[in-house]
Amino acid sequence: MTVEFVNPSGAGRHAADAGVVDGIGGLRPADPAPPDVTAELPGGPVPGSPPPVDVTAQWPGGSVPPDRPLVGLESRDVSAWFGTHKVLERVSLRMRPGEVTALIGPSGCGKSTYLRILNRMHEMVRGASLAGEVLLDGQDIYRPDRQPAQVRRRIGMVFQKPNPFPAMSIYDNVASGLKLAGIKVANKDALVETSLRRAGLWNEVRSRLRAPGGALSGGQQQRLCIARSLAVSPDVLLMDEPCSALDPTSTRRVEDTIAELQGQVTIVIVTHNMQQAARVSQSCAFFLATHDTPGHIVEAGQTRGIFEDPQDSRTADYVHGRFG
Amino acid sequence: MTGASIPAPDAHDSIALGRLPAPAEPPAGGDWPEDRPRRIVTPRSAADRVFRGVLRCAGVAVLVITGLIALFLILRAGGALRKAGPSFFTTQSWIPAANRFGIAAVLPDGAIIAIIALAIAVPVALGTAVFISEYAPVRLRRTLIAVVDLMAAVPSIIYGLWGVFFLQPRVIGSIRWVAENLGFIPVFRVRGEHTSSSFTTSTFIAGLVVSLMVIPIIASICREVFSQAPVGEREAAYALGANRWGMVRTVVLPYGRGGIIGATMLGFGRAMGETIAIALIVSPTYLLATHIFENSGMSIAALIALRYQESTPEMLSALMAAGLVLFLITLLVNALASIVVSRSRSGAETE
Repeated sequence: MTVEFVNPSGAGRHAADAGVVDGIGGLRPADPAPPDVTAELPGGPVPGSPPPVDVTAQWPGGSVPPDRPLVGLESRDVSAWFGTHKVLERVSLRMRPGEVTALIGPSGCGKSTYLRILNRMHEMVRGASLAGEVLLDGQDIYRPDRQPAQVRRRIGMVFQKPNPFPAMSIYDNVASGLKLAGIKVANKDALVETSLRRAGLWNEVRSRLRAPGGALSGGQQQRLCIARSLAVSPDVLLMDEPCSALDPTSTRRVEDTIAELQGQVTIVIVTHNMQQAARVSQSCAFFLATHDTPGHIVEAGQTRGIFEDPQDSRTADYVHGRFG
Repeated sequence: MTGASIPAPDAHDSIALGRLPAPAEPPAGGDWPEDRPRRIVTPRSAADRVFRGVLRCAGVAVLVITGLIALFLILRAGGALRKAGPSFFTTQSWIPAANRFGIAAVLPDGAIIAIIALAIAVPVALGTAVFISEYAPVRLRRTLIAVVDLMAAVPSIIYGLWGVFFLQPRVIGSIRWVAENLGFIPVFRVRGEHTSSSFTTSTFIAGLVVSLMVIPIIASICREVFSQAPVGEREAAYALGANRWGMVRTVVLPYGRGGIIGATMLGFGRAMGETIAIALIVSPTYLLATHIFENSGMSIAALIALRYQESTPEMLSALMAAGLVLFLITLLVNALASIVVSRSRSGAETE
């Protein structure tokens, strides 16, 4: 029996706690040592989730070794501006390898900007600037000799609005990243299949891989975008409110997909949905901006801790739906 | 559980939703109410009616004028067409007095000039459009847009004069080189003795000048379409590790495909109708110009412009017949262009 984690008021506090325990505890023990993550997750199904699609499919051509080391991401004192308007101030956060890190906070608190800084999409906005460092595997991605395209190939992104290439076939959509990044693979068919399986879309599209990507439903399009990102085997996958344009069933499928990917790739997800953050993430960072302070992290840590025992009263108010 | 606060289902089944029980029998003393679509009347305000009337007149006027032009051409061309019969479409000369006239040379020659113009204009215009919409820094972009629009506004007589007196003497050398080194390709061969004047007044030079008039049209339409390529898809390409050219190839060009085709066809229509520049450049031969570098070439529009002055009524009727053909072809090309543009995805977002 899953307790719905929705009631923000009164006895809700207790219900919420129960929900968190159920959600997170069901996924993993409270204090996972990183080795446990890799050992446990890629193989076995996650308890409490619907039966997953087969993710143990063969890896194509050895291009992506299954035991590739997981890579973490870390930001140090990241600030950001649009023109002269400062939107982020000194955000330092470690996103641990193979974990799902959720960024939560009210609208306009800079979470999405922060996420776009993590794969150098921020700099494409005119007038945008930033300070600080973002370390991928210990190396600053903003180092002068690093090309943005190379960085983005290792740090993929899934957007709020599903954005497959609509005229391209499903197959070509998944393979598009390889072409764009100039990656040659021995067995493209197998890679496309594996990517679609990992995104939980294979069974729905296996018979119509040549149909245009734009003809899929919104939820399928979003999973196609996830498959497309996975095909270039990124170390990190950023997700910017991936479910906000989807219906509940599709949301569920995408969340299942995220659960499948946990332990295979480092995921950072921005979400407005508290239950979703509680369900899918192991770590959590609460962002907040007020009219005179730019966005900053109020509290970050284990998701369970943030939801059950927040140290800051503003975090407690937010996760219990009292504002935002 | 949170379900406690929601009323039990039966509590709001019929009451809260105001649902009426379905009657099992007709209401007392009558039949069932009619069950067929009812007429819906939308009252319009006076201002709305006036506005609609004015707009409708404007819309109808366009159709009427086009129809009148066609009618006029058909009536005036009738005499010549009856006289010439089917030979009008097979004769390669224009001597109406001797009853030997036809469009078998001028129509294809005009098309050859237009195709040469497009072969030059489309790549240049596409490059210009991609550069303006994707690569140029903001300030340069504004300047370039203005310059391209200015280029479209230059009268064709200016292009014609410039082509004759400036461009032609300067391209003869290149043309001669191509004709002499690639002359084994039939299209490039120049027959007869080679003097510098045997490389002038050709369909190629006419096409070159016409391409300058077509470039701004195509570039302007393509730029407009490219700039509408959805941001979401652009970002998707970048997030996959694409460089800018990869993004353009994957997102912008496929999105703009319909616009490119439509713009090309509009350019073709413009090139087919181009008059004065061609009249200035080509040397009228009324023979099929299969060798693009030789002194040759003509187009229907240039033919009409050149021969109109000296015309007797019969000759005028022959020119009208040629004009009718041009009118129909231009109409067809433009209609096809607009169908292609409207059926393409250009202008539509994902979904």
